[in-house]
Amino acid sequence: MPIALVDCNNFYVSCERAFNPELEGKPVVVLSNNDGCAVARSNEVKALGVKMAEPWFKMEQLAKRHGIIALSSNYALYGDLSARVMSLLSTFSPKQEIYSIDECFLDLDGFDLQSLVAYGQTIRRTIKQYVGIPVCVGIAETKTLAKLANHCAKKRLAGRDGVCDFGRYSDTQLSKLFATIPVNDVWGVGRKISQSLIAMKIETVEDLRTANQTRMRQQFSIVVERTVKELNGISCIELDGTDTPRQQIMVSRSFGQEVSNFDDLAESIAYFASTAAEKLRKDGSVATSLCVFIQTNPFKDKSPQYQRSLIVPMGEPTGDSIKLVNAAIQGLRVIYRVGYSYKKSGVLLMGLQSRDAIQASLFDDAAEQDKSSKLMTLMDTVNQRMGKGSVTIAASGTKRRWSMRRDSKSPDYTTAWDELPIAR
Amino acid sequence: MDSFYWPIVMPSSLHQFIIAAAIVTPFAHIPLFAHKVEAGFPSPADDYIEGRLSLDEHLIQHRDATFFVRAKGHSMMGAGIFDGDLLVVDRSLTPASGDIVIAVLDAELTVKRLVWRDGLVILKPENPDFQEMVLKDGQELQVWGVVTSTTKKFN
Repeated sequence: MPIALVDCNNFYVSCERAFNPELEGKPVVVLSNNDGCAVARSNEVKALGVKMAEPWFKMEQLAKRHGIIALSSNYALYGDLSARVMSLLSTFSPKQEIYSIDECFLDLDGFDLQSLVAYGQTIRRTIKQYVGIPVCVGIAETKTLAKLANHCAKKRLAGRDGVCDFGRYSDTQLSKLFATIPVNDVWGVGRKISQSLIAMKIETVEDLRTANQTRMRQQFSIVVERTVKELNGISCIELDGTDTPRQQIMVSRSFGQEVSNFDDLAESIAYFASTAAEKLRKDGSVATSLCVFIQTNPFKDKSPQYQRSLIVPMGEPTGDSIKLVNAAIQGLRVIYRVGYSYKKSGVLLMGLQSRDAIQASLFDDAAEQDKSSKLMTLMDTVNQRMGKGSVTIAASGTKRRWSMRRDSKSPDYTTAWDELPIAR
Repeated sequence: MDSFYWPIVMPSSLHQFIIAAAIVTPFAHIPLFAHKVEAGFPSPADDYIEGRLSLDEHLIQHRDATFFVRAKGHSMMGAGIFDGDLLVVDRSLTPASGDIVIAVLDAELTVKRLVWRDGLVILKPENPDFQEMVLKDGQELQVWGVVTSTTKKFN
């Protein structure tokens, strides 16, 4: 059963470029909340050796020398363009699983195997023309292989023009190819596991593919065994993620009494975000983005209606309540409108991954991660012993102003009337 | 019930939910009545509501590929596009000669009429005070999208 993984290239940078042609061909980096570190890099910036999640202060010198353009994250823009891309992609397959803000799986079961590459090209052309976002398409028999095929398309290790279909390669060709790819590029193999694998002389994708499956299960877990099976073309991870840990966590509620002012709404959102974060940590997962939404009462015909949602990318996957609450409140700031009575609000955590399986590169700032995880463990322990809500994030009720440093944010080109792109 | 207000979110339907909620701020819906409402009567007209007209529906064919762009300057006055007008731009359309397009020129967006004449590609302003731009041989024109309508607000 062929599966495609469609992934946007350098998504946030591509969003910025779609509306600002000046950025084309120049080194561009998008910085995380508070302009802290790199969350998206153009190819030019990657070529200069800037790593994912690298703090801005570390690259400031390099940036000056090479004229790197640094932009603050523009959540409203990325969220809107993501929704457009995903909606368009859904028309290419009867079954779509949105995996994160910039990637999704498409079921290509029953499609003509000979023309999958051409189909991939059509997908690529359409998204580029309709929304202005370049994507790569990886096609293979399992999700893990589709991810790898996408990686190959992106890095130009295999395939052509951003589309790679492993079905077009013989087993020998694939073995040869896999022997050149480091094991930590495999989906689900995080830093910890890859370190242990390398210690066992399992260094490449091919080493892992041919590893003894039983031994992998005994040494690591059923998850790694499953990865090995998937690398061998045996599908173990359902397209809808039904047999994987849950992919999303939703916490929402209708209000007994409708609320209209921002602080009240923020209080609810903060509460939902921290509740969701707690569930997330209980699962041993981290989230790559969250979606915040608010809605008026649709049954009150006479009163003005409004509903909006926004996906806020997390920069790096996190289980940290503070970061998640912060992001949710920032998202709320973007979508909140004065003059409506809101009936319902909620927070949805998306793109969940196992905490141990996060790609190694994202965790360069290990000390910071460690600190945050200790604090969260402490918080959960206290809440377990003393009762739910004993310790919470002081986000709300305290009338705290959430100001975010966003020095060089681009306009909200698609979500604000007074910030539309201008044509002369 | 809680879930009654909000569509239950499943991975497969998530995109629909986001789309539904992330629509570019919608125009107000204008109810279309089949008959005039009799004043003082308990709204018998409600039975005659035949659906609402939506400007979104009228002006937008491909929602996911449609963007709004603000016109600046006077170069397209002859085509009825004035400074400050709101342009509806559909990126899914393939540009043809005679279309008004948003093109990328010197790394900026520009609105002009696209004309193919005698084997030449021309960006033509609709104002005699402006010069048309003829693309040189080998010069590539990047069309950002096709303008399908323009709207103007008076107050």
